[in-house]
Amino acid sequence: MADSQFVYVTFIRTTPEKLWNALREPEFTRQYWVETTQESTWEAGATWLLLKPDGSVADSGEVVEIEPYKRLVLKWQNHMFPEMTAEGHSLLTYELEEKDDTVKLTVMHSMDKKESKLINAVSNGWPHILSSLKSLLETGESLEESRHWPKGL
Amino acid sequence: MISPMSADVDKVFKALAAPERRLLLDRLRAQNGQSLGELCAHLDMSRQAVTKHLAVLEQATLVVPIWRGREKLHYLNPVPIHEIGERWIAKYERGRLRVLSELKKKLEGEENG
Repeated sequence: MADSQFVYVTFIRTTPEKLWNALREPEFTRQYWVETTQESTWEAGATWLLLKPDGSVADSGEVVEIEPYKRLVLKWQNHMFPEMTAEGHSLLTYELEEKDDTVKLTVMHSMDKKESKLINAVSNGWPHILSSLKSLLETGESLEESRHWPKGL
Repeated sequence: MISPMSADVDKVFKALAAPERRLLLDRLRAQNGQSLGELCAHLDMSRQAVTKHLAVLEQATLVVPIWRGREKLHYLNPVPIHEIGERWIAKYERGRLRVLSELKKKLEGEENG
């Protein structure tokens, strides 16, 4: 069991297929996840990268588990802040579950370290990114606040 | 018109409208991922009452249960409150609200912030 863990749940009026694609594909992530993109071959054991708009690596890791439209587990290490890089890998889990005309998305981000700086930092970021993702899928437009990479980072 | 989201928002406001439930959220904010036993340990509430309040919080997805083996751990889910903020607080108001809230904290002392 992780010492630092955050859990986020949101219900999105969409299909598991659309949500699955929106979580990974550049044309979607650019719109709601501060212009970032991800690179991976999306197989268990494959390298995973989260890239800034300039193409440099913000976070990196590995696909631990992948079950299309249902579950994705990633190892996740930050490379932007030395004190967070030093903490090593965190674990990110997405779970998708169809419920009536919505999909329940559960996002769990954890690290085996008490008071993890990384988990603390992402805990403020996830609600913004997830409500913007919800808005994009339900209305076709992401939220303004999450459309651009933060200035000075 | 009542939007499809209204029912969910009703649940969130209803869940927040009880001091006992806000106290439980505060406890999870201080330490996320507690079991029922841990939550009950320092509270002046019966186990049954805490169970009932947690069920209301779970219905509103303000609290999310995660099973670790046979143990049910409770996590605070900040997303519904964030969505309420997104809906009623315009972007340009945010900066001013933050300044006001900082001022209030300074004047009243951190413990009331």
